[in-house]
Amino acid sequence: MRAMVYRGPYRIRTEEKDVPRIEHPNDAIVRVTLAAICGSDLHLYHGLMPDTRVGTTFGHEFIGVVDSVGPSVQSLKPGDRVMVPFNISCGSCFYCARGMLANCHNVNPNATAVGGIYGYSHTTGGYDGGQAEYVRVPFADVGPTVIPDWMHDEDAVLLTDATATGYFGAQLGDIRQGDVVVVFGAGPVGLVAAQSAWLMGAGRVIVVDHLDYRLEKARDFAHAETVNFAEHDDVVVHLKRITDHLGADVAIDCVGAEADGNFMQQVAGTKLKLQGGSPVALNWAIDAVRKGATISVMGAYGPVPSAVKFGDAMNKGLTLRMNQCPVKRQWPRLFEHVRNGHLRPRDMVTHRIPLEHIAEGYHIFSSKLDGCIKPLIVPSAA
Amino acid sequence: MAYWPQKPPLPETPEQLRARIPGWGVDLDPKDRPSVPQEVFDPGAYGARWEFPDRQPERYGPRERSIEHAFLPPVFGTSAPLHGVSGRIRRFAYDRFSEGRNAHWLLLIAADRVDTFEGLLASAARGRPDDPVTETGVLAEARSHPIASRAGRVDTHHQVLDPLVVGGPWVLAGAGVLAAAVAAGRALSRRG
Ligand SMILES: NC(=O)c1ccc[n+]([C@@H]2O[C@H](COP(=O)([O-])OP(=O)(O)OC[C@H]3O[C@@H](n4cnc5c(N)ncnc54)[C@H](O)[C@@H]3O)[C@@H](O)[C@H]2O)c1
Ligand SMILES: [Zn+2]
Ligand SMILES: [Zn+2]
Repeated sequence: MRAMVYRGPYRIRTEEKDVPRIEHPNDAIVRVTLAAICGSDLHLYHGLMPDTRVGTTFGHEFIGVVDSVGPSVQSLKPGDRVMVPFNISCGSCFYCARGMLANCHNVNPNATAVGGIYGYSHTTGGYDGGQAEYVRVPFADVGPTVIPDWMHDEDAVLLTDATATGYFGAQLGDIRQGDVVVVFGAGPVGLVAAQSAWLMGAGRVIVVDHLDYRLEKARDFAHAETVNFAEHDDVVVHLKRITDHLGADVAIDCVGAEADGNFMQQVAGTKLKLQGGSPVALNWAIDAVRKGATISVMGAYGPVPSAVKFGDAMNKGLTLRMNQCPVKRQWPRLFEHVRNGHLRPRDMVTHRIPLEHIAEGYHIFSSKLDGCIKPLIVPSAA
Repeated sequence: MAYWPQKPPLPETPEQLRARIPGWGVDLDPKDRPSVPQEVFDPGAYGARWEFPDRQPERYGPRERSIEHAFLPPVFGTSAPLHGVSGRIRRFAYDRFSEGRNAHWLLLIAADRVDTFEGLLASAARGRPDDPVTETGVLAEARSHPIASRAGRVDTHHQVLDPLVVGGPWVLAGAGVLAAAVAAGRALSRRG
């Protein structure tokens, strides 16, 4: 089969690879019909995630058709069209039994701090991902769901991570009616977080980024106010000024380890890999919110320490909440929101790239060229 | 303002927001939010018919694992099993240091760089050498409005460092070849 293969930082290619086999009785093999590149993939692509091995295939956002199933699978059969959450979950461990599907303890030998994720380095279990023609899907009875007939494929693929994560991020903000919500990052996750903040009754939603084309999307698609941090010498002061010098009630970090805005942090975190990412956006959030506020962190950081301003967070009495998104748990309610048109994930898609040209897709998305917000990957056989 | 008891007034009323934004407030009630609260004990909820899953066979040699695990978890990925020098470094990082130790992660990051280098050699030996031009996707620049796309952004300051990150292994490989050639030259001239 054809598959995207990692060759080293900033280098990938499409190669011939063996079709994955059933390794466990509850596995399924899925033929991928549509996949996507996520902001999280960029952390791997830039060589920031420890134990990212040459020869592995990325991709944790994908949908497809069931090709074969292991002997214990009951809920799926070959031919079913399925969407697959980015989390791999056993359904039965301490965490899965409590709905913490992103924190499964039975699927990742390499680390106990993080669950299993498709195509996301050995630190999340060493699974190959869906930027390929076929992918192994463990726990076929737990994760995948048959795509409802009414759902558009592009909405389905965006529900496997970005949309679910933005929605989850707003929930962790504990938004109450009339809250002022600041969202850092106008990528797919931030755009959905901004829309979701409205669903939860926010009184104002402000999106911060430095990419004008994405801020424009935040205004028309997510109905938000916007701040371009490149236009302000000190964005924290600006955020205070536009919130009556009180500060926001809730902030959502949808940027993560590769935040811009502080050259030294960027170089230390992402070029020299001296810290687990550059927490610029998180530190801005800590400074810009009001005392007693809640900060929800959806942005991903590496496992080595990062220079986060915990002193200010403590003095301000902040609540910091964060997790990988438990995707499947979001779906019943999210399906309603998509069906009613309250959320329109596929409107974020800007690029549809053949698997054979995926290296160019990564470059465009990573360098934020050509108005790119969300690139989809179309396998050759699909 | 923060100096007085009341919250500053909002620019729009709930009625105005509801009229302007599709679905405003439909999840106002925390009961409609699927992840509130985070922990809800319901072991049957997600399709598992087992208390503990079947164990996946270890087909590709002994699987490395974090020493914070009590035992090898029943299911795991099988991509890129440990091999070569990078494999030895990784095995040592897993066997010796917990996730709580920086040494664990720094060794894994070092192994990643060694792996990149091993990958260059192995792929060249298989007759499929790496091509930095196609693999970095830079050819897409031409049709992606490279200059207009970069106007007014702050990340362009450090993007100039990216070629160093990409070129590093080649530079190191070149330096290694050069050093070997110099050493060989010296050895030869000493013999002659
Ligand atoms: N928690 C989860 O389950 C989960 C799931 C998916 C993605 N993520 C993480 O969410 C983050 C966003 O993902 P995405 O797909 O939207 O990525 P993306 O790269 O498309 O978007 C990130 C945005 O942040 C902007 N940005 C950079 N520095 C900033 C700063 N200092 N302040 C404000 N904005 C800044 C960038 O310009 C970009 O528009 C990533 O870190 C990703 O790893 C987490
Ligand atoms: Zn993701
Ligand atoms: Zn589990």
